[in-house]
Amino acid sequence: MLIPVLVGVAFVIFVLLYLTPGDPARIILGTQSTPETVKALRAEMGLDDPFIVQFGRYLFNVFFRGDLGRTYVTKTLVTDEIMSAFPQTLKLAFWSVLLLSAVGIPVGIVSAIKQYSLLDNAVMLLAMIATAMPVFWLGLLLILLFSVHLGWFPSSGFDTPMSMVLPCVAVATPSMAVVVRMTRSSMLEVIRQDYIRTARAKGQKESVIILRHALINALIPIITIIGLQFGVALGGAVLTESVFSIHGLGRLMVDGIKMRDYPLVQGGVLYTAFAFSVVNLFVDILYAYVDPRIKAQYQRAGGTKRTAPSR
Amino acid sequence: MSDPPLLDIQDLVIRYEKRKGAVCAVEGLNLRLERGKTLGFVGETGAGKTTAALGIMRLLPEPPGKIVSGRILFNGENLLDKSEDEMRSIRGGKIAMIFQDPMTSLNPVATIGDQITEMISLHSDLSRRDSIRKASDMLDLVGIRRERAGDYPHQLSGGMKQRVVIAIALACSPELLIADEPTTALDVTIQAQVLDLMKGLKEAFSTSLLMISHDLGIVAEFCDDTAIMYAGRVVEYASTAELFGNPIHPYTRGLFGSIPSITGGKGDLRTIPGLTPDASNLPPGCPFQPRCDIAGPECSKEAPRPTEVKFGHYCLCHLNRGENQP
Repeated sequence: MLIPVLVGVAFVIFVLLYLTPGDPARIILGTQSTPETVKALRAEMGLDDPFIVQFGRYLFNVFFRGDLGRTYVTKTLVTDEIMSAFPQTLKLAFWSVLLLSAVGIPVGIVSAIKQYSLLDNAVMLLAMIATAMPVFWLGLLLILLFSVHLGWFPSSGFDTPMSMVLPCVAVATPSMAVVVRMTRSSMLEVIRQDYIRTARAKGQKESVIILRHALINALIPIITIIGLQFGVALGGAVLTESVFSIHGLGRLMVDGIKMRDYPLVQGGVLYTAFAFSVVNLFVDILYAYVDPRIKAQYQRAGGTKRTAPSR
Repeated sequence: MSDPPLLDIQDLVIRYEKRKGAVCAVEGLNLRLERGKTLGFVGETGAGKTTAALGIMRLLPEPPGKIVSGRILFNGENLLDKSEDEMRSIRGGKIAMIFQDPMTSLNPVATIGDQITEMISLHSDLSRRDSIRKASDMLDLVGIRRERAGDYPHQLSGGMKQRVVIAIALACSPELLIADEPTTALDVTIQAQVLDLMKGLKEAFSTSLLMISHDLGIVAEFCDDTAIMYAGRVVEYASTAELFGNPIHPYTRGLFGSIPSITGGKGDLRTIPGLTPDASNLPPGCPFQPRCDIAGPECSKEAPRPTEVKFGHYCLCHLNRGENQP
């Protein structure tokens, strides 16, 4: 699945940029350029070739040489630019997903057990507010309160643990709300199942029933949501990175778009799709570990694939 | 008899509290089960059989379920006075329950071996290794090869799942086994196998059995005593032989009348007219009165009280007080 998805994404982004008005050669050379120099550069860059040739060349370079091209502005390799921005984004994605899981899942469980209680209603209200809140606005408010007024955390940068707190909280909060709601609804469904009653009839402790019997059965949709959030976060948190001036992928992409740096944008989008697909692959593998029924399905699917050619 | 019966339910009342008033699921239930005996518990869907069983286990979903009054004496001790911790050691250890639908009664993400082992380790001091061995022994006992202990429920057929459920229930040799329609979800040939298995194991473990069913055939074959339940009340209660030979309550007679005969003609099935009443809106007086073909004027005025028609044969009807045999 990975390769077709990436080719598809490459195609879409390539068409979009191809159709976008504006001549890259002219942008590179600036307003002072003569038509002759522009024409020469167009020929050199292969921009006069038919669309299919350009696209084919791009695909070949990407998939067989791992070459995303050079940026227009700084002439550096796009892969280098992405690789230098990636660690920041990965750190942000990892810690915020850890934070949202560590808080979101337990809160969702408690909310489900105490359904319709005051606590549950309060959690649901907070979750709704958190989902509705724009991330950059939350980020700005966090900076205002915790760095400007209280001075507890630095307002920018992403190198020390202290400086990572605010951005992670900003990125994690809306997704955390989604995880809380998903955990709650999934748990509510599982708690009513017959096998939970069976476990109670065994005389099992309620805490063990919730954690061992209910949570594992409720885990599939929760894993899905967390995986999605992680994939999205790996693509860079554009707004959060701008607010906290973190030099991650989001910032890189925004800069690329501002400067009409097509190779950079193409590469960034392609990379994002790649990261997303890889995370999804891991999520799919994780399903098999959580649910033996899904594992059996995978095995059956694998079995038919193996036997199909022999027939 | 100096020994108290194993299970003695007295005037049990269970209600479901809803926003629009309470629903009486069980109303004044009296039952008695002697050690080693089997009691059949028959009634239509919605008669309150499962509610009563969950009440004994103290597993009613609360809210909305609520045990309003009555006593459930188990070995002479009232289960309703027990703390949750005490109940936990009784559940599974002394009273075990088999649920209706084996398809959904097993945890889909745990192996069957683990699910049996869980029960054993909760109620015995066996080491982990011995618990696992005993779980495999239980599988052997219910006719599943012990190598399959590592299988997950989705790898088993319905009949095998119910065998696993039985293995779990009997793993700690409970004194009382409550079987809530254990074969309803199974097809007929598997039903017979599972029933034979239960019968054999019940004797081997000398367990008393409370058998909930709506299948009169199963009850006739299986049970020493039978209680017929209607709208949350036991309307007739006697030894199985007495009840089947000499049914008195019009509802019981209606039930027997509804069984199609293989030798009889091909006429329409006989039925009891009407439907089970809505438990939140019971008719006044005797709840069966609107459907009863012999109802008299007093039936809609006053609720009948249980009367001992013959020795050990109780009936809840105004018109059948022993002398009034039709």
